Amino acid sequence: MPKKTLSPTEIYKYLPKTNCKECGEENCMAFATKLVNREASLDKCSPLLTDAYKESYKALWEMLKPPVKEVALGSDGNVVKIGGKLVMYRHELTYVNPTAIAIDVSDDMPEDELIKRVKEIESFSYDYIGQKLKLDLIAVRSALNDAKAFGLVVKKVSSITNLPLILCSLDPNIIEAGLIEASSRRPLIYAATKDNWKEMAELSLMYKCPLAVFSPNDLKMLKSLVKTLKEYGVEDLVLDPGTFWNGLSETINNFTMIRRSACKEEDEFLGLPLIGVPATVWMEPDEIPEVTIWKEACLSSMLITRYADALIMHSFEGWSLLPLIILRQNLYTDPRKPVAVESGLKAFGSPNEASPVLATSNFALTYYTVASDIEAGKVNCYLIVVDTEGLSVESAIAGRKLTAEKVAEALKGSGVESKVNHKTLIIPGRASRISGEIEELTGWKVLVGPMDSSGIPKFLQEKWQKTT
Amino acid sequence: MSEEEERKKKFLSEIGLNIAKLLNDFGEVELENVEIKVSDLEFWIQPIIAGLTPPKALVSPKAKPKEILKEEFHPPVMSYPGKIVEVKIGATKSEGGTRGKTIVIGGETTPAFYLFESPPSHPPVISIDVFDTKIPLAKAVKIHVEDVLEDPAEWAKRAVEKWGADMINLHLVSIDPLLKDTSPDEAAKTVESVLQAVDVPLSVGGCGDPEKDLKVFEKVAEVAAGENILFNSVTLNMDIKKMAEAIKKYGHTVIAFTPMNMDDARELNRKLYDFLPKEKIVMDTTTAALGYGLDYAFTVMERTRLAALMGDSELQHPLSSGTTNAWAAREAWMTMDPKWGPKELRGPIWETITALTLLLAGVDYFMMMHPAAVKTVKEVIRKLTSKEGVEAEKVYAWINSLKK
Repeated sequence: MPKKTLSPTEIYKYLPKTNCKECGEENCMAFATKLVNREASLDKCSPLLTDAYKESYKALWEMLKPPVKEVALGSDGNVVKIGGKLVMYRHELTYVNPTAIAIDVSDDMPEDELIKRVKEIESFSYDYIGQKLKLDLIAVRSALNDAKAFGLVVKKVSSITNLPLILCSLDPNIIEAGLIEASSRRPLIYAATKDNWKEMAELSLMYKCPLAVFSPNDLKMLKSLVKTLKEYGVEDLVLDPGTFWNGLSETINNFTMIRRSACKEEDEFLGLPLIGVPATVWMEPDEIPEVTIWKEACLSSMLITRYADALIMHSFEGWSLLPLIILRQNLYTDPRKPVAVESGLKAFGSPNEASPVLATSNFALTYYTVASDIEAGKVNCYLIVVDTEGLSVESAIAGRKLTAEKVAEALKGSGVESKVNHKTLIIPGRASRISGEIEELTGWKVLVGPMDSSGIPKFLQEKWQKTT
Repeated sequence: MSEEEERKKKFLSEIGLNIAKLLNDFGEVELENVEIKVSDLEFWIQPIIAGLTPPKALVSPKAKPKEILKEEFHPPVMSYPGKIVEVKIGATKSEGGTRGKTIVIGGETTPAFYLFESPPSHPPVISIDVFDTKIPLAKAVKIHVEDVLEDPAEWAKRAVEKWGADMINLHLVSIDPLLKDTSPDEAAKTVESVLQAVDVPLSVGGCGDPEKDLKVFEKVAEVAAGENILFNSVTLNMDIKKMAEAIKKYGHTVIAFTPMNMDDARELNRKLYDFLPKEKIVMDTTTAALGYGLDYAFTVMERTRLAALMGDSELQHPLSSGTTNAWAAREAWMTMDPKWGPKELRGPIWETITALTLLLAGVDYFMMMHPAAVKTVKEVIRKLTSKEGVEAEKVYAWINSLKK
């Protein structure tokens, strides 16, 4: 059965209809709308949590539950939620719970190397439009196939990081050695297979840890295992249908089929988070390590796009991880939110009448990049944000959304004329082709700024002093 | 009994009732034979207090299965009323041109690479960018073309022979009135020189000035009559009638370019339908770089393709992407802290991942630049359009067989 779209009216039927405002909304209908848009959660309605509304709560929960179950890895303050997806395509609503990226460590690593790697994974961070992009998990691999060695490495890793863990071995005895050391942290057990499912199910129940189910390229077996494990009492399951570079098409199709079965057919056994293992490219690495790192990054990027809720990676390189964490951030932004910042005049530092006047587009990314470059350069200036309908300078020039007319209009509307004692406007390097037209329309002198805003401080130092 | 235990017991007796009731309500289990430990109860109860827990989480252990319970899996196949038109680019001698081969893109009947629904249609193609004048390029790209920057014919040759370009995009940027203002006749000569240098189908791009582009395109269309060049591009602010007539009269094809807006894309296509058959139109809904709006580019393309398959007849065209825009991302070309690696790797992986993301949205025609990015995307396309066969048993061993 394909899942039908919910309407606020259907939701409203089950709400208390008292308009008590305890949820923070004006009335129950407004709350219903928020629920449909996933902008509020059921527990905000306190009457619903009472006995009297138990049936309504249950009905609402069923109506609103995501087609992909949400599974929490980790414990206490260190929890990473995966899955919980409401839709297959991001434009249908929005994606939640960005793909959690795990980097591996193993029990055959020298201790100093192990500690260094864990610390680096933990401190890995990139500043991107006001956010810190980070890695999420550590996957501990049993490389030696030895329970004692595995227990020791899990113990060591637990003692030096709070990141949630994935314990990797197909041998239940080895997994248990790890669980003894770290079960209170609720690691993900990786993995139950057609051969060890019973023992792994017991471990998952006994230690109350989520369990990954591994059935490479066999979705019939994967589904059968899920059914069996659910019957066994294990609810928090994560699916690994296998990740193959040689077999990329099968990999992408398996991930896609599983997610579609969950989102469009409400398949109860496949409505679970997906985990991909791009690390498998290291089973047959190229002579040149960069080639394998490159492949792993490509595979990871495609799995981030095609529905992976978690990834286990082996390489740990800035140049390959940077595009991945940015891709993840991009795809998991809310497509309903505007891309544009407010247009108009912004002041940086403490500008006076002799300060430079710059112009840029109102595309959020452009604006934040320019703003952070100006701030980093400690420049006192005015910035006119032109309404380019949320397009970057380059696209806006190509698409005629950044024209001399628009700049003239923005310049006039900004009121900057009364704030400065000069008539010089600095435009982005990528807008150079409209500089003449701007001069004609506004009577202002136009200076063409650098191609990239990182050059603004240097540009002003060299050109601004001279011009004024 | 300690105070702690007393409290626990009281807690248990109070909530125990609720649990029994809850379980009964859902009719899932009988409580008689179930041993409940305090720890279990706490585990179950906690989320209910929070009011967030699914009722289903209260399922208690049933008889544990001894064997794997068999389930069938049926691929979730859907049917789509719409189909993407097939667009042919280039013309061989027998077709009135001089190309060694022609290329067909489009023809999809399912979303990108849904091989479980239908066999692959025409594989996406990669066209390498060549410019008619020296332009600022990222260092990682420049080192490969430094000696041919002012020789588009040689540049095109290298792109085809060395890097395996399926096609060439010749960008006539020098025609820009604000740059060199190259005349239509001169520009047409450059096009002819590239047509002679390589025998792959050609795409010809302008400078973005709607009036100048039109003048140049009209001339090029005439001079290269019959070659079925892919003109890049026609936009809403051009004289669409004149442009479409030139395309039609001289047997060419065109990219309809709009800035990330499905309504604009429909409008432009509708206007073109007055003059051109659908099979002569490729769409470009704008590509933004990874980190600089790729999400919008991706979603507009994915939505466009899905809408087309669901029957929106104004969007049933192959998609084109100016993937080279990836290099606008500063992470692609800037020298950064050493922990982010050399820009010589960061640049091409930026272009590659921008391309792979859009490949999965449904792009049929990629305009690209860096040889390593081109090579990777070609390999991935080959992989995604065929079932390679999988060594499933072997991958079970990954946990202890990663080498490095």
